Amino acid sequence: MIRPSSRRALLTGASATAAAAMLGGCDRLGNVEWFQRILRTGEDANMFVQRLLLTDRTLAPEYAEADISPWFKPNGTEDPPDRDYKALAKGKFAKYHLEVGGLVEAPYKLSLAELRKLPVRTQITRHDCVEGWSAIGKWTGVPLADLLSRAKLKPEGRYVVFHCADTMDQGNTLEGGGDGEETDEAPTGNANPSMTKQSGGDESRKDSGGQQATGDDAASGGTPVRYYESIDLVDAFHPQTILAYEMNGEALPVSNGAPLRLRVERNLGYKQAKYVMRIEVVEGFAHIGGGKGGYWEDQGYAWYAGI
Amino acid sequence: MFRHPLVIRVTHWLNAICLLVLLMSGLQIFNAHPALYWGNVSTFDTPLMAMSSTENDPSKGMTTVFGHAFDTTGWLGSSGGSNGEAADRGFPAWATLPSDQDLTGGRSWHFFFAWAFVLNGVAYLIYGLVSGQLRFRVIPSRDQIRHFGASIREHLTLRFPQGDEAKRYNAIQKLTYLVVLFVLLPVQVLAGLAMSPAMNAAFPFLLTLFDGRQSARTVHFVVAALLVLFVVVHVALVLLSGFWNNMRGMLTGWFVIERKVEPAPVTGESQA
Repeated sequence: MIRPSSRRALLTGASATAAAAMLGGCDRLGNVEWFQRILRTGEDANMFVQRLLLTDRTLAPEYAEADISPWFKPNGTEDPPDRDYKALAKGKFAKYHLEVGGLVEAPYKLSLAELRKLPVRTQITRHDCVEGWSAIGKWTGVPLADLLSRAKLKPEGRYVVFHCADTMDQGNTLEGGGDGEETDEAPTGNANPSMTKQSGGDESRKDSGGQQATGDDAASGGTPVRYYESIDLVDAFHPQTILAYEMNGEALPVSNGAPLRLRVERNLGYKQAKYVMRIEVVEGFAHIGGGKGGYWEDQGYAWYAGI
Repeated sequence: MFRHPLVIRVTHWLNAICLLVLLMSGLQIFNAHPALYWGNVSTFDTPLMAMSSTENDPSKGMTTVFGHAFDTTGWLGSSGGSNGEAADRGFPAWATLPSDQDLTGGRSWHFFFAWAFVLNGVAYLIYGLVSGQLRFRVIPSRDQIRHFGASIREHLTLRFPQGDEAKRYNAIQKLTYLVVLFVLLPVQVLAGLAMSPAMNAAFPFLLTLFDGRQSARTVHFVVAALLVLFVVVHVALVLLSGFWNNMRGMLTGWFVIERKVEPAPVTGESQA
């Protein structure tokens, strides 16, 4: 018979050991391919149910002028390092052209001035970063539906891919772990630097095995990996999905994605691609980047970003 | 006495697993932006609560609550990572799942176990309603309400009921379960959904209910803390009121009722 006191000590010791073993075990499980696939069914269920709950035209909440955040926190890339982009920015994007192509009958190019002549939509919406923070901004731009109708989609087109100007990695796929919208190393003029510091890559998941291998090992030869995103036609033709060239009534600043960024409301921040250069209609995205449909998706984030 | 039917035992342990995983993966998600706000948007300069680390070396972990700063080095803001070196992070590695900073991993765990938790909870509620167990377990009977004061006194002195009284939950137990089941857990699920931009489009009243998305995030955090408090008290009482008997009850269903003796034994350990 064990005396109560030693029995208690035994229990405490045993539970502490069990807890440590469990956490280690869960960490290891979380890096195993088949287990990851099981866990991801939760995110698949999110998409399935949310798509049932939303019609193609259900709008994200819109806000009043008074609700606009005084500072719209830029995240990810705030100043693309690419030479071509810098040249465009220097010329105030006068030489910028948006390319629309892929599985369309009539591919075309439009300058910023031409885009501004197309139908306009202005909306005040809330931006929710996957990290947890939110900001409200006013966006003015062209409904994506108009741009796509102009190009006339081929029947096999199922997704719209946004190719961006900003290079994320110089072929080094082991950068950056689980944080926000575009990239992680963003220590610039932040009113509260300690917070973005948290999202730094210093503690990234270097030891998390297979998950980091983004599939584009070819890129480690030095081909730069640029930001990209993809949405399906449900989101592409949604009335609030626009390519914005203005934020809060002024030309879109570089830090927020000049000259053109995607606003696909009802989705988290990493879907809101900045620095959009080219729109490509595709049947599937397995052949693009790491094959998961977006820069962050290639790092393990869910393709569907409604929650 | 046969106390816990199979469905209740199974749902109880599944629930325990779900809550633990949801808590730890939730702290992982929180660590991606360890600050809380009220309203729709983040007021970065004036959070309700924030964890951060100082620039100096070695860096100190600071937690600010309603404008008051506390040094929480080693626990919050800055703590030893899995490799032993101090890292800038909200909650420490031993409290998060996965233990390293990994937002996407945390989200995968969280969503999977959120579904498991909800489905398990629905199974429990349907069974509880149909079998009458729920009513028996959580609705205080009239005599219990009448003797509510005495029940509080018994609780404070840690005297646990014996004989016939031990066959049912006491008034405070019932009210606690009632609040957890029908207030805390539903609010927690709704607050979680209110953080989803797609759910905001489908059900805009969620934002009205919580006064904005960032408030919903804050409520989600606070309710999680209350659930932790509930579990701590629950486990403490399980230990104090006869650990092995309680465990046998929740594992096999069979619970030993002690015959009424005066005065009550001090340890509360039951003789099987």
